[in-house]
Amino acid sequence: MSSRNQIRYFERKDLIGFALLAVLLMLVLPAFLDVFRLNLVGKYLTYAFVALGLVLCWGYGGILSLGQGVFFGLGGYCMAMFLKLESSDPESTAIQSTPGIPDFMDWNQLTELPWWWEPFYSLSFSLLAVILIPALFAFIISVAMFKRRVGGVYFAIITQAIAAILTILIIGQQGYTGGVNGITDLRTLKGWDIRSDEAKTILYFVCCVLLIGCLVLAQFIRRNKVGRILVAMREQEDRVRFSGYDVSNFKIFVFCLAAAISAIGGAMFTLQVGFMSPTFVGIVPSIEMVIFCAVGGRLSLLGAVYGTLLVNYAKTSFSETFPELWLFAMGALFIGVVLAFPNGLAGLFQRYIEPYMPAWYWGKSKQPDPSPPPEPKTPPAETDGPPEIQESNAPTVAKTKKETETETLKGGQYVPAD
Amino acid sequence: MFSEYTATELTAIFAMQGFAGLILFSVLVLMALGLAIIFGQMGVINMAHGEFMILGAYVTYLTSNIFSEFMPSLYEGYFFLAMALAFLAAFLLGILVEWGLIRFLYKRPLDTLLATWGLSLILQQIYRSVFGAREKGVSPPEWMMGSYPLTDLIEVPINGIFVMILTLVIATGVYLLMYRSRWGKQVRAVVQNRPMASAVGINTEKVDRLTFGIGCGIAGIAGSAFTLIGSTGPTSGQLYIVDTFLVVVFGGAQSLLGTIASAFAISQSQSTMEFFLSGSMAKVLTLLFVVGILMLRPQGLFALKIRR
Amino acid sequence: MSLRTEFVLAVEGLTVSFDGFKAVNGLSFYVDEGEIRVIIGPNGAGKTTVLDLICGRTQATGGSIKFRGKELTRMKEHAIVHAGVGRKFQNPSIYEDLTVFENLELSFPRGHSVFGALAFKRDAEVIAEVESIAETIFLTDDLDKSAGLLSHGQKQWLEIGMLLIQKPDLLMLDEPVAGMSVAERKKTAELLRRITEGRSVIVIEHDMQFVEDIADRVTVMHQGKMLSEGSMERVKNDPKVVEVYLGH
Repeated sequence: MSSRNQIRYFERKDLIGFALLAVLLMLVLPAFLDVFRLNLVGKYLTYAFVALGLVLCWGYGGILSLGQGVFFGLGGYCMAMFLKLESSDPESTAIQSTPGIPDFMDWNQLTELPWWWEPFYSLSFSLLAVILIPALFAFIISVAMFKRRVGGVYFAIITQAIAAILTILIIGQQGYTGGVNGITDLRTLKGWDIRSDEAKTILYFVCCVLLIGCLVLAQFIRRNKVGRILVAMREQEDRVRFSGYDVSNFKIFVFCLAAAISAIGGAMFTLQVGFMSPTFVGIVPSIEMVIFCAVGGRLSLLGAVYGTLLVNYAKTSFSETFPELWLFAMGALFIGVVLAFPNGLAGLFQRYIEPYMPAWYWGKSKQPDPSPPPEPKTPPAETDGPPEIQESNAPTVAKTKKETETETLKGGQYVPAD
Repeated sequence: MFSEYTATELTAIFAMQGFAGLILFSVLVLMALGLAIIFGQMGVINMAHGEFMILGAYVTYLTSNIFSEFMPSLYEGYFFLAMALAFLAAFLLGILVEWGLIRFLYKRPLDTLLATWGLSLILQQIYRSVFGAREKGVSPPEWMMGSYPLTDLIEVPINGIFVMILTLVIATGVYLLMYRSRWGKQVRAVVQNRPMASAVGINTEKVDRLTFGIGCGIAGIAGSAFTLIGSTGPTSGQLYIVDTFLVVVFGGAQSLLGTIASAFAISQSQSTMEFFLSGSMAKVLTLLFVVGILMLRPQGLFALKIRR
Repeated sequence: MSLRTEFVLAVEGLTVSFDGFKAVNGLSFYVDEGEIRVIIGPNGAGKTTVLDLICGRTQATGGSIKFRGKELTRMKEHAIVHAGVGRKFQNPSIYEDLTVFENLELSFPRGHSVFGALAFKRDAEVIAEVESIAETIFLTDDLDKSAGLLSHGQKQWLEIGMLLIQKPDLLMLDEPVAGMSVAERKKTAELLRRITEGRSVIVIEHDMQFVEDIADRVTVMHQGKMLSEGSMERVKNDPKVVEVYLGH
């Protein structure tokens, strides 16, 4: 009778999963890793924000964005602009021909700070901008697309094009953006040296807390009516529409939310790694972030975190030892996760491990039948391909079962009188 | 930005840039034709299409090396053989890929997108291991170099004209194949109603495989043309994939004419703006323009209104 | 000209053309308060397209559709639903990954905006309403089941239930008994009789016995146009109808 009661946001097994993740990230890893490695994990975790956003937007909403790097990058750049301005005070830039502006502007013969850099002197503005600018950008894109019913493959291609455009723009306008090197040499946050070991450790924990916060928010959305509408929309968009929902608004909402979450990740990346560059904006990083999400399981929030950690760990260790093999492995990962494991790590867990969990794990939630759950369904067919003509005047040679049946009935029961 | 030129100079600039954009146009059309067949007819998003093109380019590179090594007297004609071989190589690889990967993914366009992206990574690494990371240049045959002076100011590059004619021939061939041949009829039948097509005796698997192979083969020819404008590296194909997809979507996925028109619009605006702005800004403006139009007219320029 | 306002639905001169092919061509008909109207016609006559036009899935090329005096042709789908038009599709379209309860709950007319949905609470009213509808559509015992596990007939009922919970004034059903067993057909006819009390209904159906059972009036369509209209008895004896059906 579980579904009849009030909506439960956290079942026992969710609580256990969240608690385990928190313990792993905040106790186990800090206890066993040195600051360098911990900082590396912190960097991976910033990608987990993007993967988490993709679980909501792709896994639940069925909207595949190949441009999430754009929002990660925008969030990161907003943070980097603030930090760059702080480290470009007139004393430390005295040797420049125009002291007091970021070094790359000086190299590009700029003599004064562009007006749109000015607000980034303020930390509170910058922190707001980290979330609001990417969300606003996502809002503009998604309103333009979803209100006109552009979806599926077309949306994926256009977001990819936007990632390409933004990368070219950032690289091309190096006087304003730092170009291909990005915004580098970031030192302090309100006088606090972010490069020290102590700062790196603290920032790691900040990143973990923010990530868990986002996970909780995502869990709330998932269990909320909005989450069920997203699932419903993915399966039968027309039915949702004809149940009185403006489908595009829900898509816009989830896309903006995913963008905002990704942007938080980007800002944490800048803080922990100390720079931001167009390499995290473009087509390749954006699609790699999709694979983090897919490896974890496109329907699993916690899976997104584990998937991201696993793929990045593999990437780092492969690139250190066999750099040539990495692209093969990555390619195989893309193919394998689509062909063989459409629900990723989470799917494997649900299929092979979860059924054997004891009663305390399930709590009040209903334990499934002892037999393993059915093979995960392949994602529903999308209708982006060539449209089909439903009814046709052309004479048909064979008939589907249903048609034959109605046809017989017509013949059998409808006898017009002369 | 136009004020510093006289009217005749402007005409000449536009004409010259227009002709200079012809090769880009040809590459885009050939790439897009292959993609449009695969996407429009089969609903498959092939992110590895750029790598099929690069395969064609490498085959062209190898052929030209073999010619200059063993039969320098015949070098002038290598390009024609190279094109045929490029088509064949990409066609065979395409058939292999359809058999090993794509056929499991029909009706899941977003998944084909991810899986073929993985394929593209693997192909890139293979190219890197086989041909090295350095870019390979091909020296075009003598007769394709130089240009034909049209007026005092306007010169027409011969290779541009040659490639464009080639492209139009191939485009016409594709049109005839799709709309006039028995095979094209079968492809379209499979697209519109797969169970029905197989019920009337069309071997749908074979049709799918050939369609995918031919789409990839045309990309291989695009690779041959590509060697005339740039040198070939393992990741050169990736640079073209977004542009090509935009060409296809912009033109309306099922319209051959639309594909050609949109390739023309995109390559010409890119090429013309490059003269006045930096290359990167020209690209940004072109892409923004296309994305902007697509937001206003998502079905593309030439899509049919179809009853659903 | 002014329309008579006592009609629930007034369709006048409705036309839609797809690349020159007129799927519906100058169609006019009127549905009275509480009437059950059945649309019949050979395959490809444009029946489903008419429903698509009324509920906003397809944009009309010309003509007007007035529902209780409101012009529907320029309204968005969800606004048409809020005006009181409900639509069942030909193939059962339900959310297979959700439970039967959740399927019905999503159609409950509350929390339709994003923020409304965020604030949505599953309160006693929702639960009571879902349970009462479930009883009507014979699914009380399956509320916690995943909807994908239902039989074809049960899925059809579930979709009808999802419409009922919206409390529409005009209900449009596209082949509600297609693919059902004889027993399920009987039950469905009984279900339809019960739920059509107090509302107007448009039904597309091929099963002539079923049509005779439920129809107040019948509209026969052929090649996008109205061929005949009236009581079942009259339509049956219309020579034009006989020719179309036998000649097809």
